[in-house]
Amino acid sequence: MKKDEVPQDDANLLEGRLTEPCYATDENGNYTTVQSVGWDAKNVVIQQAWEDVNQQIEDTKQQVLLGHVSPISYYMHKALMDTKILADYTGFFRWTVKKHLKMKHFNKLSDHKLQKYADVFQITLQALKNKELL
Amino acid sequence: MAINFKHEQSAHCENGVSANMLHFYGIKLSEPMIFGIGSGLFFSYMPFLKVNNIPVTSFRPLPGVIFKRAAKRLGFKVIRKKFRNQQKSMQALDTLLEQGIPVGMLVGVYHLPYFPKAYRFHFNAHNLVVYAKEDGGYLVSDPVMDVPTKLSAEELIKVRFAKGTFAPKGHMYWASEIPKNPDLKSAIVAGIKKTAKDMTSIPIPLFGVKGIRYLAKQIRKYPEKLGKRKASQYLGQIVRSQEEIGTGGAGFRFMYAAFLQESAHILQQNWLNDMSEEMTKIGDLWRSFATETARIVKSRSQMEDAYNQVATILETIADKEERVFMELKKIKA
Repeated sequence: MKKDEVPQDDANLLEGRLTEPCYATDENGNYTTVQSVGWDAKNVVIQQAWEDVNQQIEDTKQQVLLGHVSPISYYMHKALMDTKILADYTGFFRWTVKKHLKMKHFNKLSDHKLQKYADVFQITLQALKNKELL
Repeated sequence: MAINFKHEQSAHCENGVSANMLHFYGIKLSEPMIFGIGSGLFFSYMPFLKVNNIPVTSFRPLPGVIFKRAAKRLGFKVIRKKFRNQQKSMQALDTLLEQGIPVGMLVGVYHLPYFPKAYRFHFNAHNLVVYAKEDGGYLVSDPVMDVPTKLSAEELIKVRFAKGTFAPKGHMYWASEIPKNPDLKSAIVAGIKKTAKDMTSIPIPLFGVKGIRYLAKQIRKYPEKLGKRKASQYLGQIVRSQEEIGTGGAGFRFMYAAFLQESAHILQQNWLNDMSEEMTKIGDLWRSFATETARIVKSRSQMEDAYNQVATILETIADKEERVFMELKKIKA
């Protein structure tokens, strides 16, 4: 890639917080770096990944509203976690977390256990108990 | 104690931390040099290893390897430490900072407040250097950022003890023994040899050029096997790892070309310039692969033709990379 071919397609994915160095050649064929704000091809695939994540969060929300899964499942997806990461953060076993994703187990959870989830998701215990989907 | 730590932005965090730390100790090497000496270029496609249900494609070796190899080949010694206790990890850090020693560490990016949101997921192998304590906060040289940043003690604890895959567990490292005159030439040769070997002769079809060919073969089957949505997700993921923050473009291929060019000069071996030019062309092909993939993702095109077309680009790349690395294998000091 030549220096003047380094794309500058800003999709605000970097929020103006940084620009990325790209390696490219100058007019004499010597390598140098050029700061880039983004590239269309790259923006498209990153946005695709976020659309998928958001779709999943939305699907889970509907599932919670229908009473099929517990709010923990919604917050887990919203925090981009899976059951392994959530287990590591809460200190529960993975199979315990999986159980807590089910509504019938969620309803029986003590405040103490719910508090652990609330802390990880940075929401209040009350919000989690009321099944608010923030 | 404030030390004179020069922060320089780099494309990739691991190279950047290595380069900035070495520079602090008086050894100035460019990012591509560190990358090449540390044998940072690689390819692997691991269909059985999935993140968010999508197979992992990687253009680099495992996290930490580049730094480890570069350190070994340049002859400096590194001490590493992990912690169970969060308070102890911070005390250990403070003690080193008081002695004026910059400390490298592994952190998770999900809780890094200065990171753009689109890049904040549970990735735990990000490297940065903490080089001083100021007003209770920590001065941070994060190679991804163009200027040094600051983290509070709480924020630093949070990222040092991020959870999930490759949880950093407070992992930190610092240089204990610094070489006076590192043997750059033999380090370069060792770095190139290792990369050339790994790219051409690992007897498992998931790594190196064999891995690229295997991926191409799989891509041809994607539309039929996975359906429209999944096929485009799988394909998009490849480009994400190819162009994510830190590769310097085209899955590190341009950075490697820059390294070969610099090496040609240092080793006084002109043929490496030709290799560098070849590598640049290969990088351009990776970029066409990304452009075509983005087109498929955007249009959600189900056309088998389109998938065959990107697979063909990959096969061309594999052939070209194989030729370059077979040549590079022959390098002598």
